[in-house]
Amino acid sequence: MPDLSANLAGIKSPNPFWLASAPPTNSGYQIMKAFDAGWGGAVWKTLGVPVVNVSSRYGAINYRSNRMVGFNNIELISDRPLRDNLREIEEVKKYFPHHAVVASLMVGSRAEWHQIVKDAENAGADGLELNFGCPHGMCERGMGSAVGQEPEVLKLITSWVMEVATVPVIVKLTPNISDITEPAQAAAQGGANAISLINTIQSLVGVDIDNFVSYPVVDGKSTNGGYCGPAVKPIALNMVKNCAQHPGVRLPISAIGGIENWRDAVEYLLLGASNVQVCTAVMHYGFGIIREMIPGLENYMRDKGFQRLDDFIGKALPNVLHWEDLNLHYDVKASINPDKCIQCQLCYTACEDGAHQAIRIPEDGSRIPQIIEENCVGCNLCSLVCPVENCITMVRKDDGSRHENWKDFVVAGKAPETFDDERAGGLGHWVPAPTDALKKRG
Amino acid sequence: MPEYPTPATAQDLDQRFAQIKPYMNATMAHYESARCLFCYDAPCVKACPTGIDIPLFIRQIHTHNAEGAARTIYDSNYFGNICGKVCPTEVLCEGACVYNHQHVKPIEIGRLQSYATSQVVNEQKRLFSPAPANGKKVAVIGAGPAGIACACELRLAGCEVEVFEAKEQPSGLVLHGCAPYKIANEDALNEVAWLQSQFGFNIHYNHNIESREQWQALEQQYDAIFLGIGLGATQAAGLRGEDLEHVSGATEYIEQIKLDPMSVRVGRKVVVIGGGNTAMDAASESARLGAEEVTLAYRRPKPEMKAYEFEYELAKSVGVKGLFNVAPVAILGDRQVEGIRLAATRVEAGRLQLVDGSEFDLACDAVILATGQEKRSALVAQIGGIETDRQGRIVVHPETFQSSHPKYFAGGDAVNGGAEVVNAAAHGKAAARGILGRLNG
Repeated sequence: MPDLSANLAGIKSPNPFWLASAPPTNSGYQIMKAFDAGWGGAVWKTLGVPVVNVSSRYGAINYRSNRMVGFNNIELISDRPLRDNLREIEEVKKYFPHHAVVASLMVGSRAEWHQIVKDAENAGADGLELNFGCPHGMCERGMGSAVGQEPEVLKLITSWVMEVATVPVIVKLTPNISDITEPAQAAAQGGANAISLINTIQSLVGVDIDNFVSYPVVDGKSTNGGYCGPAVKPIALNMVKNCAQHPGVRLPISAIGGIENWRDAVEYLLLGASNVQVCTAVMHYGFGIIREMIPGLENYMRDKGFQRLDDFIGKALPNVLHWEDLNLHYDVKASINPDKCIQCQLCYTACEDGAHQAIRIPEDGSRIPQIIEENCVGCNLCSLVCPVENCITMVRKDDGSRHENWKDFVVAGKAPETFDDERAGGLGHWVPAPTDALKKRG
Repeated sequence: MPEYPTPATAQDLDQRFAQIKPYMNATMAHYESARCLFCYDAPCVKACPTGIDIPLFIRQIHTHNAEGAARTIYDSNYFGNICGKVCPTEVLCEGACVYNHQHVKPIEIGRLQSYATSQVVNEQKRLFSPAPANGKKVAVIGAGPAGIACACELRLAGCEVEVFEAKEQPSGLVLHGCAPYKIANEDALNEVAWLQSQFGFNIHYNHNIESREQWQALEQQYDAIFLGIGLGATQAAGLRGEDLEHVSGATEYIEQIKLDPMSVRVGRKVVVIGGGNTAMDAASESARLGAEEVTLAYRRPKPEMKAYEFEYELAKSVGVKGLFNVAPVAILGDRQVEGIRLAATRVEAGRLQLVDGSEFDLACDAVILATGQEKRSALVAQIGGIETDRQGRIVVHPETFQSSHPKYFAGGDAVNGGAEVVNAAAHGKAAARGILGRLNG
């Protein structure tokens, strides 16, 4: 049986699945229910000076038959008195001493930080997460992402916390910044023990086209919120990878962003995360999704022969390079399996209109498209739009003997330098004459 | 208790004739439209006799633009709502859906089409406005799908159009012949009423054109005449006993079920003769109306039935039993039907032969002949100068639908010998273009 236990900078939990600081961790009741269902840890809804919230608070992106592919909120930190939260933290820890309970914190002055750190620790929190990420409401008051966007301020506040903290401290980063590694390094310099990312992305989730206001609507008006859910995963994966690879960061990472099943979690772990935090998926489906996540992860680890999480944490990092490091001689071409093809011709129209005109429809009336190999640049688009699993595959055509990347090209003088350079990659690549387009009119 | 006892109330009837393709609700339409792949050069469009841009209207439904979807549908087919219900989609658009290649359920195109069009029909939305009068006058004979489609297209171009209908109500076989579980009468009528409100053609009901003089008067009054006259009564089978009480023609039997279902006398043991879709409908409807035993007798082997496979399956699902390679020899009884004498058949040298000594009697108290409808040859002959083929079908130009008499155009069952509503609707629209070409040319 693989060992799922996780350790983030000394914060231990029976598995790597934590609830992120958010509405699902608003109360001891919810967290007890989650732990009872199988979750390994929880970051409490951010504590601070209680707020007053608005209604409504959420908006969502639905895509075709799927709801909440993207999710947006304008809710603030906890609106409950601190004493109630602290009492409930104590109670949860009593029932679940081996689960991770982390207190998320957001206050203003150094004195307030010192006070709330002590309070949270006294209540039994196993760790602290500094909320430097909230991109709506709190940032207008100089907290949340206002801190996360200013590395010097982030470093300073982190150091205030480190002056008194005795449990591990996680700095939660905002993605609303051009280079995530800058605040991550500041967290390291401020003495933090770990980082968590990403907080939500500043967003307008949509516009009510009948009433001319964005969502969510509060008495006819709206404001920007924080975006999360499955749609943000690629952004978060990239930021986690950037932090994990950066030599100036070197902190354990708790990954957040669009995680709703074991596969998502494995992806983050492979990119260097020590554990994961989940919010939107629980807000959508409830705590019960953990029933899919734990056995899915166990099964994966058994299949791969991994005994513990450390066996594969960061395992994909050596393979994620800069563009200039990629082999320019690697050559794949699309291949259509005619037995699997359902003749929708989406690959044809995608390639014809959206790529390189490398797919033709046979003139004999057959509907199964054919690849024009000499035009195929191996971009993958056709295989991505194809609705049939493994119908279009990318087949390697080079013999694997040549390895030259962009840097090698520059050194070897093979890189184009002028506008009409004869070394242009697409020189001689066939494209139809512009007026051929008009011949295709129905 | 049998599954389908004789209905005693209107509610019984509704339940017995519950729609097999009921209207989708908004949620169903949302999820079903989400599944459409938006194929390039989509096979469903090619399979539609009217060439509706199906992927486009499904995409419009998905963006909550039902009005736009309806417009897309009606631009190609004026019977969009009706066709969504009565088209044999299994062998047309839905049969062509690429999902079939991977044994995934095809998109329910028919129901999506009815969903979108019902939004504009029910809300009486205006999608079309006829062009200013162009001074041309056209008479349309028959208010069935071919005639109404022709009238709409002509009005759109600004022609003055008068429709002459022999019956009391419009919609032709949609109202009088389509199985009640495929389309409710109100749906058969509502779409035509909506079309009439959009296009503003007149329909003269109970108006038979039955003399040479009447035709001549029409020829003088109108610039062109469109014949959407359909087919006639059930053909006589030439059987001994055919005139006994409780022997019916399928067309007449179904018409009575459609217009006055409670008045229909349904036999306890019914034999339906024929192997086409009308035979399947007559058998299915008899079973649903309380017949205890319904036998479908077809003279050829099962694979040669003209009926669609799914129509036979539908009949079987209500207990109809098929009997193949048997031909009726005589209908038995004194005054009323008491039985039918059948004989086995076999094919010899390409011809169907009765097998000697194979005759047997089947007790029954109703016989329904679904052996085809007559062509309206007498009516066509009366006009004069209109060529028909050996089967009595009016011969028309394949694109303009003009007959051999330059003033007459024709479409629908009178031309194809009996096909689907969608074919008639396509004919009517194409013929209108043919007429406009002639009048403007």
